[in-house]
Amino acid sequence: MDVISKSIQLIFSGDHDLLQIVLLSLRVSFTATFIASSLAIPFGALLTNYDFTGKRAIMVVASAFMALPPVVVGLLVYLMLSRSGPLGEWGLLYTPSAMIIAQTMLIFPIVLVLTVEALKPIKRDYSHLMNALDVPPMLRLRTMIWDARFAIYTAVLAGFGRALAEVGAVILVGGNINGQTRVMTTTIALESSKGNLELALALGLVLILLALIVNAAMHGVARIGQRYQVTRQ
Amino acid sequence: MRPFIAAVFIAITSANAALADFITVASTTSTQNSGLYDQILPQFTAQTGIEVRVVAVGTGQAIRIAQNGDADVLLVHHRASEDAFVADGYAKQRFDVMYNDFILVGPKIDFAPKSLDELLNYFADTGDHIFISRGDDSGTHKRERELWEKYAQTMPTGDWYREIGSGMGATLNMASAVNGFTLTDRGTWLSFGNKGDLGIIWQQDRDLRNPYGVMVVDSDRFPHVKSELAMQFVQWLISDVGQTAIGNVRVAGKQLFCPNANQQSEQEQTPDDACPAQ
Repeated sequence: MDVISKSIQLIFSGDHDLLQIVLLSLRVSFTATFIASSLAIPFGALLTNYDFTGKRAIMVVASAFMALPPVVVGLLVYLMLSRSGPLGEWGLLYTPSAMIIAQTMLIFPIVLVLTVEALKPIKRDYSHLMNALDVPPMLRLRTMIWDARFAIYTAVLAGFGRALAEVGAVILVGGNINGQTRVMTTTIALESSKGNLELALALGLVLILLALIVNAAMHGVARIGQRYQVTRQ
Repeated sequence: MRPFIAAVFIAITSANAALADFITVASTTSTQNSGLYDQILPQFTAQTGIEVRVVAVGTGQAIRIAQNGDADVLLVHHRASEDAFVADGYAKQRFDVMYNDFILVGPKIDFAPKSLDELLNYFADTGDHIFISRGDDSGTHKRERELWEKYAQTMPTGDWYREIGSGMGATLNMASAVNGFTLTDRGTWLSFGNKGDLGIIWQQDRDLRNPYGVMVVDSDRFPHVKSELAMQFVQWLISDVGQTAIGNVRVAGKQLFCPNANQQSEQEQTPDDACPAQ
């Protein structure tokens, strides 16, 4: 197959531009996943543990936002960061920062909803015990997150996958500038628009391979973690 | 919480490369996809140290980006919109920079038109041939609408006329897939890699001239615009060095753009003058 040999060529060519594009893809999506997860996991733990009015509404909205089209998020971030927008003075439009902001907004609801789902059974199992032991609130949240970590980790991976794969938001707020804001997905879009369909598909294979490597590495870490895990005191 | 905020701040800002002198150019996909910028920008950067960041979208969107103050330079191809941009006070002056031409591409047909007029009316009357329209308010789309208005006196309707709202490349991909006709700029066509059964049906017509203009976004309107660096870029484009660089751009051995910054009147140029791209 021509496409497969082309993608193998691409990988082993050590092409500087391709390397830069791959690294930027990873950096933007990792950072967005890190920020979104750091906010969504504690927030998800709070949502699971406390009942208040409007909680159900938050969950419904968050679930709905999992279906947010990347283009819409991109448009929102564009309007905010545009020089004519409220945050225009920051001058962030068409920078990797703008792409990180857009992807963070895009994947926050995904990590949040999946975290809440991961924590629900833990809460069911632990709440009576924790009440009986009168565990302080912070420790309660930390214990629950820790014991649900493998499920939460799936939530984080789902968010990362979405960030790495989307093109609509980053092309709007990043501008697909050569050497600055060009990532894997926008390169694929550009090459297919140039009619270089085989090259575009080969780049797609490289992207999938990248996702495979990242996931395999994280699963490897998880396995090691599981093998050596010690019971929390 | 504070270390976390600091970490997030560092994570976001450190993602931006060290800021050298750079300008942002809002331009069209036709210039980028044809490889123009890849070939001329390294020369400009080597001479001046100024990095040029190109955001390539349709002409309509490029103008909106510039009107929002999100670009320092606007380089597009629709004369009426460019003049309006200057008249509305978004730029002080428009400069001619280069031109090439539009062509009509499609599969072979059993019809030998004597004029563009005849060809377009043939499409409109028979309705047998699929015509793919950009439908995205780009320079090419604006020109296509003007041609229908001029020759068919009305915009086409019917199943055969498909407005797809996409870039030139996507439009050519679709035309190639369904064996349809479309209007494209020659630069994108020459560098397009998925031509299939398509070929040039009509070309070298006075109505198909495609001039590009360049403007510096007015810093009176947007104080953050880097007007000095931007003006340096525009001056370079229209200088002999820049014009030569533009004239030397080749795809598959063919010249893509004809520099015309130094010609006095646009009326004097004919589509089949000395420039080989015509």
